[in-house]
Amino acid sequence: MASSIDDLKTEIKKALPGLDMVIAWAAGPDPLSHTPLFITEEADVERIEWDPRCSQNLAGYLPGLRGKKVGIVVKGCDARSLVELLQEKLIDREDVTIFGLHCTGAVDARAARKALGSLRGGLESVSVNGGTASFSMSGEPRTLPLAEVLQKKCFTCTGADAEVCDHFIGEHGEPPRVTETPATTLEELEAMSMEERLHFWEDQMSRCIRCYACRSACPLCVCQDHCAAQSREPHWVDQTDHPREKLMFQAIHALHTAGRCTECGECERACPMGLPIMTLKQALNRSIQDLFDYRAGTDPDQAPPLFEFREEEKNIKEREW
Amino acid sequence: MSVNEGKELRIIGFLCNWCSYAGADTAGVGRFAQPTDLRIVRLPCTGRINPLFIVRAFMNGADGVLVSGCHPRDCHYSEGNFYARRRLEVLKALLPVIGVDPGRFEYTWVSASEGQRWRSVVTSFTEQVHALGPMPGFKSGTSLDMCLCHMDQTQAL
Repeated sequence: MASSIDDLKTEIKKALPGLDMVIAWAAGPDPLSHTPLFITEEADVERIEWDPRCSQNLAGYLPGLRGKKVGIVVKGCDARSLVELLQEKLIDREDVTIFGLHCTGAVDARAARKALGSLRGGLESVSVNGGTASFSMSGEPRTLPLAEVLQKKCFTCTGADAEVCDHFIGEHGEPPRVTETPATTLEELEAMSMEERLHFWEDQMSRCIRCYACRSACPLCVCQDHCAAQSREPHWVDQTDHPREKLMFQAIHALHTAGRCTECGECERACPMGLPIMTLKQALNRSIQDLFDYRAGTDPDQAPPLFEFREEEKNIKEREW
Repeated sequence: MSVNEGKELRIIGFLCNWCSYAGADTAGVGRFAQPTDLRIVRLPCTGRINPLFIVRAFMNGADGVLVSGCHPRDCHYSEGNFYARRRLEVLKALLPVIGVDPGRFEYTWVSASEGQRWRSVVTSFTEQVHALGPMPGFKSGTSLDMCLCHMDQTQAL
């Protein structure tokens, strides 16, 4: 990664004169996750960081910057979000310059903090080699298994390289090899009865503080002031502090991103309570793959499955009464 | 006198104005005996249905939801039920994950002339929901709102 960061800076410097802005990552207040950096001058380029701590998906900023010439740095999963935005014509291909990278996995700041304990000595660098992640701290370098420190989405990564891009920087490569992963929430739910599942969500949602960080972080939530969660007519969600209303909002989010969600994991990453809310979207995606043989964010020219229909649906088995 | 007198469940039916609502009417005019658990909501088309109608119905205490519209290719608006079919099929994946038994939700097509078929659909769906029993509710929690909701529920019984 060290060599690719220099190539990245060079490419961005080259492209910057023709662009209004380039979005990348820089070191921020949290030693375990880098913050977005909005580059408008060449001097800013030196602040760019590129390592497993660049966990935020930057594609979510693009719809709000429509009409400007924007450069953006993307990992494999971020590129899929970007393709989905192109598919829905929420951004214009000719206005976006994409700097694609190969990702070795993104650190889950919450899990890594738990695994590492105190970071008072500072954290100089993080890297992923083979099946482990190395954290170089001034006191003592630490090596941890990937299953303990990477984001859950990286365990099932379907492509670590940005497939659609203008400039690919560095080497192409394979997704991180994560072994001994814990069971996913979806697998845990499958082992439960229906009533247990309802109570599982009830317990989870009673912790939700309704900050809507999941919605703000989601690159596909583009309704801004017109979100169904705030509409008075119809009144989808009321103000009651009850898990029912919070679960209702998650159902809204899941159904509004059905056939569009690329499982970039931003909703879970942004959730201050660490709720497993991507599970609902994963369940829908799995079904959409079976029904329509479709995966979001893979082909810029495809229409999302709920935007169209077939008169004869190949995989829908309707019930005979 | 219905079979389930005194132990009815709440079943919501979202019916298309052009076929199933008329089909239900045909069943009524033909005096076909059918269970009375179903409460019908008339809609202009199944394409009007937002899958969230069904989710919200379950959140608000429905024990079963039935959606019924025109047969494919018979839609009054030519393509409403094609879109509906995709949406409702995707919804079927969400319900079991949030703890709603998939047997509590069905969609089907009944035309205006199929009064007999409407009766058999309603009868078998009602039996299916009764076999599952009432929808399990949320437990009473510790927040004020949850306590109040729980008190409202227990008083309603």
